[in-house]
Amino acid sequence: MSTVNKQPAMFQMLGGLGRWCLQSIEKFGDAAVLSAISLAHLFKRPWQGKHFMLQMYALGVGSLIIMAITGAFTGMVLALQGYYTLAKFGSESLLGSGVALSILRELGPVLGALMFVGRAGSSITAEIGIMRVTEQLDALQMMAINPHARVILPRIIATTLALPLLVSLFDVIGLAASYVVGVELLGVNAGAFTGEMVAKVIPMDLYAGWLKALVFGFLVGVICTYMGYRAEPTTEGVAQATTQAVVVSSVSILILDYVLSSIFL
Amino acid sequence: MIRTEHLTRKFGHITALDDVNLRIKPHETTVIMGGSGSGKTTLLRLLASLECPTSGNIYFGDESLVGIKQKRLYELRAKMGMVFQYSALLNSLSVFENVAFPLREHTDLDDVIIQTMVTMKLEQVGLRGFEDMMPSQLSGGMAKRVAFARAIAMDPEVVFFDEPTSGLDPISAGVISNMISDLTKKAKMTSIVVTHDVHAGLEIADHVILLWQGEVIIEGTSDMIRNSDDARVVQFIEGRPDGPIPFSRSETAFVDDLMHKPGTVRMSS
Repeated sequence: MSTVNKQPAMFQMLGGLGRWCLQSIEKFGDAAVLSAISLAHLFKRPWQGKHFMLQMYALGVGSLIIMAITGAFTGMVLALQGYYTLAKFGSESLLGSGVALSILRELGPVLGALMFVGRAGSSITAEIGIMRVTEQLDALQMMAINPHARVILPRIIATTLALPLLVSLFDVIGLAASYVVGVELLGVNAGAFTGEMVAKVIPMDLYAGWLKALVFGFLVGVICTYMGYRAEPTTEGVAQATTQAVVVSSVSILILDYVLSSIFL
Repeated sequence: MIRTEHLTRKFGHITALDDVNLRIKPHETTVIMGGSGSGKTTLLRLLASLECPTSGNIYFGDESLVGIKQKRLYELRAKMGMVFQYSALLNSLSVFENVAFPLREHTDLDDVIIQTMVTMKLEQVGLRGFEDMMPSQLSGGMAKRVAFARAIAMDPEVVFFDEPTSGLDPISAGVISNMISDLTKKAKMTSIVVTHDVHAGLEIADHVILLWQGEVIIEGTSDMIRNSDDARVVQFIEGRPDGPIPFSRSETAFVDDLMHKPGTVRMSS
């Protein structure tokens, strides 16, 4: 009796998994097509320069404070933990280079991108989703304004360009904060701290971080605009889309971070 | 002005519109009526080319809107305006900027001229002096009027109205109805109104189209609708809960469901 019941249940589960996979692939394709159509407007009139600047301001400048705070505390805690670990080997002098490499190559882009998703990505999805619910996207269509060009394109470009800039800020503040904690608080030699940093960090470390930020910014823009644009036009639909946008963006960032890191090492 | 040929729209297995043939005459107010789910909003969205039909064709003038190039569609949209059910004002812009929006986007007019035109349109809807308010500060009726002013900002030939009076108090609803009539009579525009408000609909209509389950059951002047013998039309006009248009939408027998007969039981066993 139990075996009779078991098989259909397993089939059901497999079926469910299959459906989920198919739907995911379908959504992936849909998102790719939507952003490709939108990006094609980059080379078409009318230019969206003004709207790009507005988004740069809203998404970039709006995220400055959260980036500064995250950067500062990341640098501080890295210095603290790094000192504790390195002291066990008697090599506190390596603190500067350790912290700098971790922040520039890894923590700056990844933590910065994750904070950016929470601050800017969610607001993109919610805003576009609400435009869908309140028929503003249809209203734009009726006024002969292409929502792909006006709504999606400026946001994707803005996230792509804003994130590397924000990550640079994260890096600078993070390093400064780690200096304060390492040198002023824990008493590491200032010359050793900065000297090691200068000696061990090569330009490629910086470029790798920026490139990651660029890719993550693009990813956040594509995912968050897509989720909002295709949100179910109800209150729950927008809420769900916003949650999904944050989850999918964050997970994609972490996965892609591994891929990019393995390429650049 | 606009006509449809064998217009059909399906959503999955559900047929929202079935073989609709219409002819909308210029300089008239055409009112599309029907209950919820009768396909009237779908019809309006198809006429405005916000959606594509499953089959059939829509002509704007002599031009088919099905498979039209986007560039050409956007050119034609300069001749169309639309007032949405929830107004759909751009909520980051003030009342003035909302009405000025189409002018700024599609013309090279001087700021002074735009100011004059917006003032004229706002006067027309009785909201001059409210230029600096934001959409979130407006009542439903005022937001509708601003949406109205925005829809006619470019002096379009056709204006679409999606439920223009729903959710409004009787006075605001009356104001909007009057504005639609005036628009058609004085400004010689063509109005296409979707509504379930029988009273307002019949009052402003030159031509009425009554939809039921995706099909046109009657069309003609308001008097023709009022005097119709068709039981479905009478039921709709008088708002009776039961008649040929059934109150219950269930397809299985009530008794079977209560008796848990196989095939009808919806509870998990």
